Amino acid sequence: MSQVTMTVNGKTATGDVEGRTLLVHFLRDELQLTGTHVGCDTSQCGACVVHVDGKAVKSCTMLAAEADGASVETIEAQAADDGTLNVVQQAFQDHHGLQCGFCTPGMVMSATALLKENPKPTEAEIRHYLEGNICRCTGYHNIVKSIMAASGQDVDSIAAEVAAQ
Amino acid sequence: MYNFEFEKPTTVAEAVAALSSDEAQALGGGQTLLPTMKQRLAMPEKLVSLTGIADMKGVSASGGTLTIGGGTPHKTVADEATAYPALAALASNIGDPAVRNRGTIGGSLANNDPSACYPSAALASGATIVTNAREIAADDFFQGMFTTALDEGEIITAVKFPIPEKANYQKFEQPASRFALVGVYVAKYAEGVRVAVTGASEEGVFRWTEAEAALSSNFAVSALEGLSVPADGMIGDLHGTSEYRAHLVGVLTKRAVTAAA
Repeated sequence: MSQVTMTVNGKTATGDVEGRTLLVHFLRDELQLTGTHVGCDTSQCGACVVHVDGKAVKSCTMLAAEADGASVETIEAQAADDGTLNVVQQAFQDHHGLQCGFCTPGMVMSATALLKENPKPTEAEIRHYLEGNICRCTGYHNIVKSIMAASGQDVDSIAAEVAAQ
Repeated sequence: MYNFEFEKPTTVAEAVAALSSDEAQALGGGQTLLPTMKQRLAMPEKLVSLTGIADMKGVSASGGTLTIGGGTPHKTVADEATAYPALAALASNIGDPAVRNRGTIGGSLANNDPSACYPSAALASGATIVTNAREIAADDFFQGMFTTALDEGEIITAVKFPIPEKANYQKFEQPASRFALVGVYVAKYAEGVRVAVTGASEEGVFRWTEAEAALSSNFAVSALEGLSVPADGMIGDLHGTSEYRAHLVGVLTKRAVTAAA
């Protein structure tokens, strides 16, 4: 066992980890931050996406020891302290960007990372960016729509909306 | 995954020392190694992380050569390899954004997955693989599926790419894994054209020398008319037969030439 210290959602977190402890297990089991989900555990699905030093990573495919000294942000830090959702979360609610909700933490964290890098992405750019996030309920349409809305863009222009008109 | 001892040195020398023990394994971004260890297909007793070595990160261009530190993530290459746009474009389409933030060029080349993107770029560019011990030409580096010229404990510290006049990478993506079902990298230099193919051969990345000869005398799609690679020795699986992959090699080479020209 070795000790790791990182900043998680603005607070210092210290714990003992084995070499093999994954970041997601440290977050969920040690820090009780269970908003980050383990979907596939094979780095395919993206339900476990968190930000490490501002970059989206799959926390099931990063060792907790590798995050020693890093700043980690999870889904729990997205809403304000009074529960007010952030713009991406609110857009997911407004546009029904989720059904079962299992993939949603990862989707929101990936979407937030995308908008930080590219504040007005096109539909194609959103779909490309979400290649590492799998949703088995919505067929992605409402997720893409939510992200378009969160970026302040017109959602009627996206392909499936045009087809439906 | 089985437990292991974890070390994170901050210099190449320390990493080399840490890797000298039996059953020690270098860890790049971990995007292949960690899933492999979860499946217990690899079970090192010690993992030596290379992510804390500042000297192994970064992209720089000078005198017609682009140099990328072995520990540089794909996302950094995508953003900073502006002197070699085809390579930046390749890096920007590996895996997915989260994978690109962790996965490294050195890790990809050392693993030499037969469907990985980077080996084709290194081979087509005639890159030089720089290690802690020596410099290895790409032509000598790739030695078959998951096999390279690296010795035990040898670390890729940098990769030097001669910048071509024109280049393009075409990836026919396997949508579930986002690896190349087939990928073709074409690079045109004053001395001639090099064409490297990934994803197709059971021997891993290879140069299509027939296409290279044709394109070196005439860099146009028409030069490729009538050329094909044999299906014999191509990977055949549920995603595509060996004939299908052989066909894709021709199609993607033409697309790459069109895009590069």
